Amino acid sequence: MPLLQRVAEKSRRAVPFVLDGRPCEALEGDTILTALLTNGEQLRRSEFSGQPRAGFCLMGACQDCWVRLEDGRRLRACSNFIEPGMHVVTGAQP
Amino acid sequence: MTDTPVHPPIIVGAGPAGVRTAETLVAAGLRPLVIDEAARWGGQIYRQPPEGFHRPKRALYGFEAGKADALHRAMAGILPAVDYRPRSLVWNIESGALDVTPNDGLKGGRSETVPFSHLILAPGATDRVLPFPGWTTPGVFTLGGSQVALKFQGCAVGSRVLFLGTGPLLYLVAYQYAKAGATVAGVLDTSGFADHARAVPGMLRDPGTFAKGVYYVGWLRAHGVPVHSGVRPVRVEGDGRVEALVWRRNGAEQRTVCDAVAFGLGLRPETQLADLAGCRFRFDAMDRAWVPERSAAGRTSVAGVYVAGDGAGIAGADAAEMAGERAALALLEDLGRPVDSARATLLEQKLAASARFRRALTDAFPFPADWAASVPDDTPVCRCEEVSAGTLRKAARDGEAAEINRLKALTRVGMGRCQGRMCGAASAELLAQALGTGPDAVGRLRSQPPVKPLPFSAGILDEEKAS
Repeated sequence: MPLLQRVAEKSRRAVPFVLDGRPCEALEGDTILTALLTNGEQLRRSEFSGQPRAGFCLMGACQDCWVRLEDGRRLRACSNFIEPGMHVVTGAQP
Repeated sequence: MTDTPVHPPIIVGAGPAGVRTAETLVAAGLRPLVIDEAARWGGQIYRQPPEGFHRPKRALYGFEAGKADALHRAMAGILPAVDYRPRSLVWNIESGALDVTPNDGLKGGRSETVPFSHLILAPGATDRVLPFPGWTTPGVFTLGGSQVALKFQGCAVGSRVLFLGTGPLLYLVAYQYAKAGATVAGVLDTSGFADHARAVPGMLRDPGTFAKGVYYVGWLRAHGVPVHSGVRPVRVEGDGRVEALVWRRNGAEQRTVCDAVAFGLGLRPETQLADLAGCRFRFDAMDRAWVPERSAAGRTSVAGVYVAGDGAGIAGADAAEMAGERAALALLEDLGRPVDSARATLLEQKLAASARFRRALTDAFPFPADWAASVPDDTPVCRCEEVSAGTLRKAARDGEAAEINRLKALTRVGMGRCQGRMCGAASAELLAQALGTGPDAVGRLRSQPPVKPLPFSAGILDEEKAS
């Protein structure tokens, strides 16, 4: 079950994107963090313990929500918005 | 003597303090540059949702909707008269200039050096946190972050959310979640009933705010939400995501099933930029943190640099608005411009009253000073690089680290991507506890540029910059 639950503002336009190779849908105005965690349970894996992480502060301070795009770019998921066709890689086990 | 500044005044932050600063400077005929990390003004407390969201302000900000709306309108009204740079990060201050880069990882863009003569820093605050076993598990979020998810994205951080920590925000966010239709598994306050009771006389200095707090607690209890005080977390259970929180009260362990924990122990000021600007700091016992020294008007120890809002010491949004206006008046005074001195005096009086109320809040929701002693050795203190409590204690016990920057050098705590924002309070508390002293006696973590990570594409290695 996804980590985040939508409780309001559900009637926005859908934004298709790809999460770990799987076609997914977010809503216009979603941050990358919201897009990923309404479709899954994690954003990345810790480089140290290998444990999953899903962000923490949601306001650009903790730096715990960095995600990778398939093209190698690294983005802070809480402060960048999802865009149509974005390919995001989280390292989640399929 | 009236001066026109060589450079436009620069305001960092567009929350309650920054917006009121800008408004006051515009009213005096200046055209300030306002730099803010967020896409829209309002700060964290009055953060505006992205374009295309429809909830009314009453739903987003509750009792504070009027204040939020007034602040949003104030900034909207002066937009033609300011240079507004949203989504921009000030990542360094050096030699009388700011280094500013776009805060948009997709668009990117190069860093720019912007000289200043007068600078007002209003960077705000983030949640103060301490580690406990399992706190890096997906589903544990800060309290402020949980509020951001709801306010800014229309999402709850879980389907059964447990609220843990202390401070007025704990009850407010739990209430907002319940009102939005999320299931609140409980509210666990680390402060005790006796703390709350003792602080009542002081909190009655601001009966309106006090009444709101009483209302939230009463509403939660009336709607069947378990509310407990005097709680300490024991551990998060769950492999890969939160399944329950085990907690302790009066020596007995209890377990609450939940899929998310919203956690915060009050706020900590963002002080990196004041540090890089060369401001002198002092240890504030109430904030249990180092804050820039400032006069009642908001002047720092560096001429031309002012601080306002929670980034100068935690005082809340109303005080931030007043401090922003007062700091702007100070700037105008320093330019030799005429200012309404009665207004300046009134603002200082109101800020002093607000500080007295803040003291009562600190009594009601005290910092859990016993926490450091109880964190297990294998608990990661640093989320970025997973440096454990045991590693910090060993460095202190071996006598090698008697000061926080030495502890950082030896263990890398505070050196990861967050630059100590999430681990700074905990490492100072752990070091102090290990040395048998207080957090005021272990030194202050020095700030380093860039204050947040930058992509190489920001062009910090420009030929001009490198030469």
